[in-house]
Amino acid sequence: MSRFSRFFFRNRRYDDISVSIQEHIAERIDELMEEGMARDEAERTARRDFGNVTLLRERSREVWQWQRLESLLMDLKHVCRRLVRSPGFAITVVLTLAIGIGANTAVFSVLNSVLLRPLPYSEPEQLVAMRLNAPGAPGLTDFRDELRMSPSMYLTFAAHNRSFQSMGVWLPGTASITGIAKPEQVNTAVITDGVLQTLDVPATAGQWLTAADQDPHGAQRVMLGYGYWQRRFGGDPGVVGRTISVDSQSRVIAGVMPRGFKVVGYDFDLLVPVAFDPVKQSLAVFAYHGIGRLRPGVTISQADADVARLLNVWMDSWTNGPGTDSHWYLKWKITPAFLPLKEQVVGSVGNVLWVVMATIGIVMLIACTNVANLLLVRADGRQQELAVRSALGAGRWRVARELLLESVTLGLLGGAVGVGVAYAGLRLLIAIGPENLPRLSEISLDGRSLAFTLMLSVFSGLFFGLIPVLRYAPSRQAVPLIGAMRTASVSRERQRGRNLLVVAQVAMALVLLISAVLMIRTFNVMRNVDPGFSDPPSLQVMRISIPETLVRDPQTVVRIQNSIQDKLAAIPGVTSAGFAVSVPMSGAEPNWDGIYLEGKNYEGEEPPLRLFNYVSPGYFHTAGTRFVAGQDFAWSDIYSLRPVAILSESLARELWGSSSAAIGKRFREFPSMPWHEVVGVVQDVRENGVNQSSPATVYWPSMMANLYGPGPLDARRTAYFALRSSRAGTETFINEMQQAVWSVNSNLPVAAISTMQDIYSESMARTSFTLVMLAVAGTMALALGILGIYGVISYAVSQRTREIGIRMALGANKSELLWMFVRSALVLTGIGTVVGLGAAAGLMRLMRTLLFGISPLDPITFTVVPVALVAAAVLASYLPARRTAAVNPVDALRAE
Amino acid sequence: MAKNPEHRDLFPGALEVMILQSLRLKPMHGYALVKHIKQVSDDLLQVEEGSLYPALQRMLKEGWLESETGTSSKGRPTRIYRLTAAGIRHLESEVVSFERMFAGFTRVLAAAKT
Repeated sequence: MSRFSRFFFRNRRYDDISVSIQEHIAERIDELMEEGMARDEAERTARRDFGNVTLLRERSREVWQWQRLESLLMDLKHVCRRLVRSPGFAITVVLTLAIGIGANTAVFSVLNSVLLRPLPYSEPEQLVAMRLNAPGAPGLTDFRDELRMSPSMYLTFAAHNRSFQSMGVWLPGTASITGIAKPEQVNTAVITDGVLQTLDVPATAGQWLTAADQDPHGAQRVMLGYGYWQRRFGGDPGVVGRTISVDSQSRVIAGVMPRGFKVVGYDFDLLVPVAFDPVKQSLAVFAYHGIGRLRPGVTISQADADVARLLNVWMDSWTNGPGTDSHWYLKWKITPAFLPLKEQVVGSVGNVLWVVMATIGIVMLIACTNVANLLLVRADGRQQELAVRSALGAGRWRVARELLLESVTLGLLGGAVGVGVAYAGLRLLIAIGPENLPRLSEISLDGRSLAFTLMLSVFSGLFFGLIPVLRYAPSRQAVPLIGAMRTASVSRERQRGRNLLVVAQVAMALVLLISAVLMIRTFNVMRNVDPGFSDPPSLQVMRISIPETLVRDPQTVVRIQNSIQDKLAAIPGVTSAGFAVSVPMSGAEPNWDGIYLEGKNYEGEEPPLRLFNYVSPGYFHTAGTRFVAGQDFAWSDIYSLRPVAILSESLARELWGSSSAAIGKRFREFPSMPWHEVVGVVQDVRENGVNQSSPATVYWPSMMANLYGPGPLDARRTAYFALRSSRAGTETFINEMQQAVWSVNSNLPVAAISTMQDIYSESMARTSFTLVMLAVAGTMALALGILGIYGVISYAVSQRTREIGIRMALGANKSELLWMFVRSALVLTGIGTVVGLGAAAGLMRLMRTLLFGISPLDPITFTVVPVALVAAAVLASYLPARRTAAVNPVDALRAE
Repeated sequence: MAKNPEHRDLFPGALEVMILQSLRLKPMHGYALVKHIKQVSDDLLQVEEGSLYPALQRMLKEGWLESETGTSSKGRPTRIYRLTAAGIRHLESEVVSFERMFAGFTRVLAAAKT
């Protein structure tokens, strides 16, 4: 018989044993009576000869049992029965734990999915982000935290490296798709050969792009992303081989990438091959993200050294044009600083997640402390029972085991309900979480999260169960059997345990409240920062690209843009319109270079790098960016190619001392360019978010004489149009906008439609997310802490009723008695506050990166929060203490 | 275990062998087993009645015995124990090892006399 069937057929066995034993004794009695014994005499003799029937039956049964387990099950049955008998207690504890465990599981799931789980590529530990640093390039760090790779770097590194199995570069972008439905702008990942090989995820239909697709004169193909394939082609596998029009150019669909495949965390609609013509490449245009798959056994530092060596090869092999020094970039001190790809994908969000995890963990601790407090009170009530059991020979371990079993059972019940809470919490987290949270789509409750829940349930059960165990299990000799409780007031020792818990709770709650208030202050400071544009809810933004394949002539491009701007401005309710290559906080790829001032001798020195933007007349007015000096461009300036420019205030002041002094001064980007005259200076704009400093910015006209490529003119083909209107964001308004665009050219897709408010909120999302999480945690901590104080004081009052009665009988003042209890709460809160302040001062340093504009030791926060907490504690103790006043001394003493 | 000081404790395994040997003759119920052992040993060996049942359960679990519903000599329902093939094999190997032990035991006692 297998173990299991044995387990289930056991009851039959037990019956067998009983029947056998019963018959055995009956037969013996019969026999003895036949020998002449009286019935009761015979029965006694038979039983005496047989021995202890119950014990022997038990022994016989035990043969079929797993003894330890069964006695544990027995205890468990006991525990459950006791919990069912006090449903109020059980429900309170289980719900407290469920919320605590659920919140922890939810946050852990996010942490696990985002930070801990490997990237969804094969052998992800071999993947690196090929980041370059350029500490010698002044100003670069104002708008970029790395130097990206140029096409010529890619060509050199890919050909000569010894560290990588494969490597490639890529760039996010957009493209217009026409001819399928309405013209549509889609997100593209422009990739070189090597990107797909490096990520190594097979196509779900068709095949990868190959090196042949990179030939600028060769086959022109694309691959589809899964989402776009489903959305636009209904997941039809027959699309492979079909032709679509990408930026007015016909391309054959080579294949489809599977669901969930992203290029380094970037979700694309189309994979478009780059077509670098090696003949035409120069050293520059540092725009591309590099990724590589290391050969087995090669470390990141070896790869760094390998590529550092190739930088010389790169400078030897390419040039920025005749008459330039190709080793000029030595000044930039370019150094490879490759990173595991996961770090690149996850970025700085780790900070936020760890802070949130720690916060929620502290809430859990506070919840556990509350539960421990409840258990202590409960164990107090059971003290006599436990004492009796000890006296009857129950071992310490046995008593401890039962107490722990109870708390672990509570923990597990809490955990089970907590999984439900976590599931709901996770949906909420994803909903309110920053939209740009990396790997958002990968977040799920997986095995590891559930294992975490289980561990947390068991450990929290052990943790809050151990406190009553330490208090009651060892006190076998000390526990009075009966009576002592009634006559004495509560012992100091027992009160001390609960006091300690309250101090811990207050300290933890204080830490959380301080962090929450610091975040609120940060958020406030950020909201009060002038972002460099006004009234974002009424500022409508959208992006329009005019590909070269659609309109060749740059002048026509500008004329189209000009008429779009005019048409948009003519929509009812629109007060003004304009466009710029990049709008603040939109994450558009920045353009940058150094500028040379007229009349200044650089003597081989390099000017710092400045952010470049290109704007139309009217853009600043529309965005609400103030002119500090001078004036805006005019359309006539644009069309006549008048060499003019507008500077940001900080740049004007840096170069010429003041904004007004800058007007009329001239500068240029490089020698072949005419000197551009500063006609206006505008206020600083927080291009990268309100918590980042405003970069020094040069605003060029949207069309200039071309100095890079073929043709006399250079226009900006992708631009964000901005409209000022109280109707911004409404559906009808967006429709009218699109109609206005299409009335100029029906092949132009309108993309990235949003209000400036959306962009602004998005850039604050991480802060507001952290704020919400900390505020929720802080509120929970405060509520739990107050509850803890309330509970302890009201328990103390109920335990000391007799003492109060005596004191009152002896003439004690009611208000003095009241003060006695409030004072004890104040002492506890005071100690907790001091401990908490110390802990907060240490811990807030860890939050420094999340704060903005205030010190981690902000004096206001560090004063207001403790005062508020102490006030809350006074209230929480006053309410139960007031009951002492109602105590009638006669009743109190009669209760004896 | 024996309450009567004239009776020695049985050594480990002895009770089982006696039960197996007894049941080899014919299937019996518990009380009959006790009586049978008492009779055959001429009252020299007395099984403590109660300890029979845990032993029977152990042997059932090992698969040496089977139990079936039956009636006692008084016609009341009880359980009849029967030896299985595995029980016979176990008995035989136990008997061999007991005999060897007794032989050794006897020789040591004999040698001590001379």
